[in-house]
Amino acid sequence: MAETVAVTADEVHAGRSPGQLAVRRFFKNRRATVCVWLLVAVGLATIFVPMASSHDYRVQQLEEAKKPPTGTYWMGTDANGRDLMVRSFYGGRISFAVGLLATFVSIVIGVAYGALSGFLGGKIDLLMMRFVDVLYGLPHMFIVIIVMVIFGQSFLLVFGVLGCFGWMTMSRIVRGQVLTLKEKEFVEAARALGVTTRPMIWRHMIPNILGPVIVYATLTVPSIMLQESFLSFLGLGISEPETSWGVLINEGANALNSLKIYWWLVVFPGMLLAITLFCLNSIGDGLRDAFDVQQR
Amino acid sequence: MLGFLVRRIVVGLATLFVIASVCFFIVRFAPGNPFSQERQLPPEVLRNLEKKYHYDKPVLTQYVMRMKGYLTGDFGLSIKYQDRQVEDIIFPSVGTSVQLGAVAFVIAISAGLFVGVIASAFHNKWPDYVATSVGLLGICVPNFLLGPILVMVFALALGWFPVGGWPEEASLSEYSKLILPAFTLALVHVAYVSRLGRAGMLDVLHKDFIRTARAKGLDEKKVFLKHALKNGVTPVLSYAGPMAAYILTGSVVVEKIFNLPGMGQHFVDAAFARDLPMVMGTVLVYSTLVIFFNILVDIGYSILDPRVRLN
Repeated sequence: MAETVAVTADEVHAGRSPGQLAVRRFFKNRRATVCVWLLVAVGLATIFVPMASSHDYRVQQLEEAKKPPTGTYWMGTDANGRDLMVRSFYGGRISFAVGLLATFVSIVIGVAYGALSGFLGGKIDLLMMRFVDVLYGLPHMFIVIIVMVIFGQSFLLVFGVLGCFGWMTMSRIVRGQVLTLKEKEFVEAARALGVTTRPMIWRHMIPNILGPVIVYATLTVPSIMLQESFLSFLGLGISEPETSWGVLINEGANALNSLKIYWWLVVFPGMLLAITLFCLNSIGDGLRDAFDVQQR
Repeated sequence: MLGFLVRRIVVGLATLFVIASVCFFIVRFAPGNPFSQERQLPPEVLRNLEKKYHYDKPVLTQYVMRMKGYLTGDFGLSIKYQDRQVEDIIFPSVGTSVQLGAVAFVIAISAGLFVGVIASAFHNKWPDYVATSVGLLGICVPNFLLGPILVMVFALALGWFPVGGWPEEASLSEYSKLILPAFTLALVHVAYVSRLGRAGMLDVLHKDFIRTARAKGLDEKKVFLKHALKNGVTPVLSYAGPMAAYILTGSVVVEKIFNLPGMGQHFVDAAFARDLPMVMGTVLVYSTLVIFFNILVDIGYSILDPRVRLN
């Protein structure tokens, strides 16, 4: 018995990086942990359900239109007789893809811009941050819509534009972190050793701001997915025959009428979207608590 | 105060100018011809159209003309409705969007504060859990999902409220048309406000002056309502500005779902028809409203919290 205790004590002494400690704290959070598994389940389903199902997301069978959930169509069929389950999960694939890719774009821009601004400091920093302030002042959803209208709707454009308009908060967070890091002793030591700008940013700054970046990125994904659904709901995002949760909810909303309630058209894609947003937000909150990040 | 107002208005106008310029150049350098339609137009007609919309002039001249137009209240001709000015189409619908937004704003602030404050008063007891759940629900059920669900349940299945439309006369039954859209628009903000209110109250309740108030024997009700409440709800105020912007954006969707004659409808229609003067006009009106409400909120903030100086 005494030996086991000694081993654990040794492990503690072996030391854990702040990152490892954060991960441990995170998995103590029950809601966040459950949400990780739930999200993994939804994510896997979006990949495998359309593959495994005998239905295709594009094949229209008008005689099967608007069938309620049955043994053949577990989530019913849409106005064109397409299987709603396959469409919901296939649409989820697109929603996830847009969310992840746009977040990636916004991280790259935000981190590079924020790190550069904070690192250079002085007048350049002031100028760069003023620019961010101006961008914040723009009603960006409307500008996104104008861009979508003009350049046509495509998957590439949806995530590209959303990513290009989503990096401002990230750059502010990163800049703030870099400004505090710059005053730390190890950075001074590195500078004294003659480390130049680029390795200074990549080797010494970036690894140390990873925590806040991860936390904020996790919270960016649901917000981008929400914006994508918003655009697609208006018919300005993803367009037929491709689909996403926003498109499907829009189809459900259009089918509303006083004679017959096609509830499944709204409820199933809506439920998947809501579960995903809930999970991503909970995970983001959990990570924030675990990393103990102060926003700005 | 006056200096603050002047500065904010100047900054606001500058922002509008930037928005108008950005829109103009995106639109002007867009690929494709705005006049191209499904059926091919004869070249003379096309040339005449370009002349009518000044597309035959150099870009910079067009830019200056456009900006002058916005200054004098001339928003240009709509491309879809070729004999109508953009402002004549948009302006009658502004009131609808603003009223809907105002109702949603009031619901969000009052319901949100109520839920948040109750939650903080019963920290870690069941009202707190109920309030936190409401907060979560609001955040993961966006308005374009909530709207159709509310219509299905309360308008179609239960028949309590009308499916859509805008009140036409001042009567109770007509105003009930506003309930579902306003609630749809407000829910997510009820959630945010309640979260902020709860966090702010819990923060304040741990402050020294609250302990002092309790120590001198004040009863809990007074401590809570007189000392904590005033200070605890200030974080909510700083959310009110961004909230005004979100509500206006959200009203685009809500107007579509409930078929309300607001600006959002024009915006979406114009976007689909690629009616760019209309799109630009609506964006500018929306931006003006957002800037105006932000100034209003900041003034309100300084009145409610005297520690905030408007400088």
